[in-house]
Amino acid sequence: MSIIIDETKRVIVQGITGREGMVRSRLMIEYGTLVVAGCTPGKGDSKVHGIPVFDTVAEAIDNVGDIDISVIFVPAPLVKNAALEAFDAGIKLAVLIPDRVPIYDVLEVHHAAKEYGASFIGPNTLGVLSPGKATLGMIGGKASSAREWFKPGPVGVVSRSGGITSSMAYYINKLGIGNSTIAHVGGDAVVGMPIPEVIKLFERDPETKMVTMFGEIGTSQEEHVADLIEAGKFTKPLVAFIGGKAAKSGTRFSHAGAIIEGNRGTHEGKVKRLKEVGAHVVDDFGKIPEVTKRVLDSITN
Amino acid sequence: MTRLHEYKGKELLKEMGIKTAPGYMVKSANEAEEALKKLGTSAVIKAQVFTTGRAGKGLIRFIESPEEAKNIASKMLDMDVDGLKIDKLLIEEKLLIKEEFYGGVILDDNAKAPVIIFSSMGGTGIEEIAEKFPDKVSKAPVDIIKGLKDFKARNIVRKTGVSGKKQMKLAQVLVNLFELAKKYDARSAEINPIAICNDGNIYAADCRITIDDYAVHRHPELGIEIARELGHPPTPLDKIAYDVEAGDYRGTFYFIQMADGFNKGDKYIGFHGAGGGGSMMSMDALINRDYKIANFCDTSGNPPASKVYRAAKIILAQSGIDGYFASGSGVASQEQFHSARGFAKVFMEEQLNIPAIIRLGGNSEEIAIDIINTYGKFFPAKIEGYGRDDTPAFCAERLSTLLEDKAEKEYEKVDFPVKINPTYSFETITGKIEFDHEKCLNCKSKACIEACSPKILKIVDEKAVLAISTDDAKKGKCTECLACELECFLKGEKAIRITLPIQGLDDYRKKVMS
Repeated sequence: MSIIIDETKRVIVQGITGREGMVRSRLMIEYGTLVVAGCTPGKGDSKVHGIPVFDTVAEAIDNVGDIDISVIFVPAPLVKNAALEAFDAGIKLAVLIPDRVPIYDVLEVHHAAKEYGASFIGPNTLGVLSPGKATLGMIGGKASSAREWFKPGPVGVVSRSGGITSSMAYYINKLGIGNSTIAHVGGDAVVGMPIPEVIKLFERDPETKMVTMFGEIGTSQEEHVADLIEAGKFTKPLVAFIGGKAAKSGTRFSHAGAIIEGNRGTHEGKVKRLKEVGAHVVDDFGKIPEVTKRVLDSITN
Repeated sequence: MTRLHEYKGKELLKEMGIKTAPGYMVKSANEAEEALKKLGTSAVIKAQVFTTGRAGKGLIRFIESPEEAKNIASKMLDMDVDGLKIDKLLIEEKLLIKEEFYGGVILDDNAKAPVIIFSSMGGTGIEEIAEKFPDKVSKAPVDIIKGLKDFKARNIVRKTGVSGKKQMKLAQVLVNLFELAKKYDARSAEINPIAICNDGNIYAADCRITIDDYAVHRHPELGIEIARELGHPPTPLDKIAYDVEAGDYRGTFYFIQMADGFNKGDKYIGFHGAGGGGSMMSMDALINRDYKIANFCDTSGNPPASKVYRAAKIILAQSGIDGYFASGSGVASQEQFHSARGFAKVFMEEQLNIPAIIRLGGNSEEIAIDIINTYGKFFPAKIEGYGRDDTPAFCAERLSTLLEDKAEKEYEKVDFPVKINPTYSFETITGKIEFDHEKCLNCKSKACIEACSPKILKIVDEKAVLAISTDDAKKGKCTECLACELECFLKGEKAIRITLPIQGLDDYRKKVMS
């Protein structure tokens, strides 16, 4: 098993005819994702990589049948409407790839998702990849690289930084340990499916034996993960690294999420809280694979 | 988040129907004198500068006469606060405050909604009040679609023990403040204190409003020069970099200067990251070796080579840096040779003479590292390229080693871009490509054709020309990958020159040199 995405999920790409949409849908298709349709208003009746393109998401569903997930590659100012269109057509999960989506738009998407009983990942996400099965977004960049870098296995990977998502999984794989699913929740302050939500999915996934997580300063996602462990809602071992020790208060390093606001979301606070509940907090990023291996060995032997 | 000055925030409050004291924003002592004459009463003069505890720092002063206004204004305008120069003052009629409250709208990542916070105690920091007097603070999330309804606002105020007419009026302030936050995409909008004055009216005595960086483009009327949380007013280089980013939608480019006034030997490093998380770790690796970060820079999200080139050029415009450290997440999804070409072009142009470590792990990193090594022979600085299996810590160690190694490198000095007599040229999205067709005639390799990844060049009568319209090239069919120029330099007749202007950079460098 895996979480969020596998080879059976039916996927539409909104913005499939754009620069990024076209390149990334090739990656998804070649990697094994069941991309059944694309959507670009005004460009219906065309095809991209052999996949039919429709003017609206509802039209796509009328033609190809039910769709589970929409991956959205439209420019940031149009992301909100694209997500609302997906929900309205009955799609239950949207993946918002673009960077720089205004926060009030994200709040509206969240509001709509609640109303429609749907959820979303991102914005500003690299995506999600279940090794050997399928991928959403752009993790790996090319199918051949993604196949070479990530193998199936027992460790779930979740991260708030896109680049780190792939590098953490890659370094863990180098020690011969594969992953159930690799997920980047998105680098922004407000994201649809923050780390605690992904952690809950990993808890329910029998293939995931443990989770390795990359957290960051800002927001309270990591503190909530600690709450889950404390409440017995996450029972698998967790290896965690918190980035941003060097960040000065008030300075932003690209991620809007990485802001120290008052006492909340500080590096020390997160590390302390995670240690209290028994997570394996690693101080040196380079040690993540080795600690992951040690923890995995201790539960499998 | 982009923070607005108090005077700007108050303009927005007024627009939304929240009263503020009559006043003027002034930029000189004479204007201050004028302002006081117009007000004709006791006033307060407030420095418009982003710092905390202005009153304690003498940045809020009460004044009685135009002469006093002139004196104090001229002193304030001469002051430096936390390295920030004061260039604007707000002069307002002095409010006769009876009671103080706090009201704020904050976007909460946890609730995924705006949250209204109200306190029946104002003046000091809301965090402190919430800690000491939890029953005096009330908060509630707002439905983003429905907005803040009057009855809901009244209930928020009611919970802090305020009743009657006062409750109604304060609730109205909250309703208006929420409308302001939504209209202007505010990450936070706070009035502290909300003041009930002797005249019975409610005023916003001070305010703090921050705007979502990603929505600044929706609000040109706010006149925000640079949508960044900088912790300092934008430096000339910050502005130059921001203009590059604003003018090119392809990929991300983020640059902020983090230090100033340092010299060679002070261990400041020009930092060039890719991706937020990887950048932070790479900076940590430098800090762990006692280096200091001159600037933060991030080029990621699949930027074209031209953008990486401009970023590097801006980083190198900082005088006094001892080394150059480029390092991102390590396993990038993007093709890394684009970044490598951006570096190669800059370093040859600048005849780089400080050690550089370029870590380019990710897709096609072998090609990227090969580019760094190949073109590294044409400038004096020592340079090493690394990939996904080399950690930031190891790369920082390599930088140390290069910095300590005093031996000179053997290299071939070059003029780059090459000197040519252009006979053919076309424009790209952000620059220009010129060809010397006389030289093309002698070229056996035609390396530019092979190198061009979007395949927009062709050979006609032995000369390289566009295979598409000049219009299409300018609209982005030419991806500014820089491969034609670099390959022609290496394998051809040195007949291609690419110019990628950076507005304001030459002037800046001249000024710094003099």
